[in-house]
Amino acid sequence: MNDTFDLRISESHIEVHKFHGGTILLCVILALILQAFLPVYITKASILDLPLLITIYFGLSRRNPSTGLLLGTFIGLLQDSLSKTPIGLFGIAKTVIGYLASSIGARLDTEHPLARFALTAAFFALHQGIVVLVQKLLLAQPQPWFTMRLLVACIFNAILGVFLYHFLDRLRKS
Amino acid sequence: MAGLPSRHRSLFLLAGVVLLQVLMLAVQIKRDSQGRLIRVWTVSAVSPVERSGAWGIGKIRDAWRHYFALSDTARRNEELIRENGQLKLEIMQLQSKSAEADRLASLLNFKQKQAKVPMVLARVIGASADANSAVVYLDQGLHEGIRKNMGVITPEGVVGKVIESYANTCQVLLLTDRDSGVGAMIANSRVHGPVGGMGEPLLVMKFVGNDEEVKIGDRIVTSGMDRIFPKDLPVGIITQVKPGGQYKQIRVRPSAGIEKLEEVIVLLTTDPLTMKQDAPASGNAAAAPPASGQPVSELSNPKPGEKHP
Repeated sequence: MNDTFDLRISESHIEVHKFHGGTILLCVILALILQAFLPVYITKASILDLPLLITIYFGLSRRNPSTGLLLGTFIGLLQDSLSKTPIGLFGIAKTVIGYLASSIGARLDTEHPLARFALTAAFFALHQGIVVLVQKLLLAQPQPWFTMRLLVACIFNAILGVFLYHFLDRLRKS
Repeated sequence: MAGLPSRHRSLFLLAGVVLLQVLMLAVQIKRDSQGRLIRVWTVSAVSPVERSGAWGIGKIRDAWRHYFALSDTARRNEELIRENGQLKLEIMQLQSKSAEADRLASLLNFKQKQAKVPMVLARVIGASADANSAVVYLDQGLHEGIRKNMGVITPEGVVGKVIESYANTCQVLLLTDRDSGVGAMIANSRVHGPVGGMGEPLLVMKFVGNDEEVKIGDRIVTSGMDRIFPKDLPVGIITQVKPGGQYKQIRVRPSAGIEKLEEVIVLLTTDPLTMKQDAPASGNAAAAPPASGQPVSELSNPKPGEKHP
């Protein structure tokens, strides 16, 4: 994976940032392992979606729709293979999220914590919507569009995202 | 693609990748396969890390329990000595009742048949990467004889069934999952109805008619109809009963601590199990688990005729 990307502060000014070598791959693997490991010891941790947060962060950071969507596909397919879901369900959802996150990242200031909170919450809801839509249309598995648990998960993941992104910012090369 | 503007290129790429995955989903549905190869790779890569993590956390927890969390030990010790005395008294009473029950059973020429079920003890090392499904991974797999559709229990009750088995690990669909289900019946009234998950901590019992008598607190046990679990294993306790359109709406609290699983027992057979006759439900049919990883040749219940004089 190319760890170099452009950070566009405004249309006329572009700064180049780099991540340390292998950072993205390491973050992806760590997120998937924690996603599969934490709920065994902390039941409530099952509302987390760490792979989604990683997809959003690197999508927003990369600001390149092609790499954003391919990263989303990679993470989604790995998440599918660690779940009981058919391969492709989370793949499709995270592909779209990766594409949208990197497209939005190229147009908006996504460094402010409030912006990150709002974007993460919106992407979480959209991700859930795509998963439910695919389950209904392609897999004939009726799932609820909205539950209180999803609302709590949405808010919790958005809050966690703000702190996680702040930490991940430190992994950038200055 | 090369002649297209960058923005359109990424849109085409998005459409292509999504379409490819839609096709992949369609192929899986058509062939009823679940992309086993990619799963085997991923699980093989992740399970050693999970296994090490589970081992490390177990060691840390043991160290904490045995060396640091001892401030209450003296008071707890006194409580346990008192409790031990009470329990000894209760055991004597129960032994007396048990002997009486044995005599009555003998008089009625009641023979209790018990299935011989091989089993293996396994440790939970991971959960699903999907927040919407209730799935765990165990540290035993094909090498220990675990196959798809084998039942998974704890001494407290039914946990779920194996949905995929790999070399050294297997994937278990928990009873609380939306797609899960077990043939069950109410212990007292013997009213049958499948019990399944809803993606929540509580289970639901379906297809029990409004005219059936169902009470909160009734025990639910396996019926053996699903040909996965032996009859009369505890499934749960009824916590809520409401009249529905055609059937009652019954919520059940699982007997096994599904949310706090650490070790489970896998029943090493996919053949229909030999059913017990309608004997009084024994409660903990699985008895005490064996040492970790050691296959157990049969349940530790007495053979017919051994116990009754």
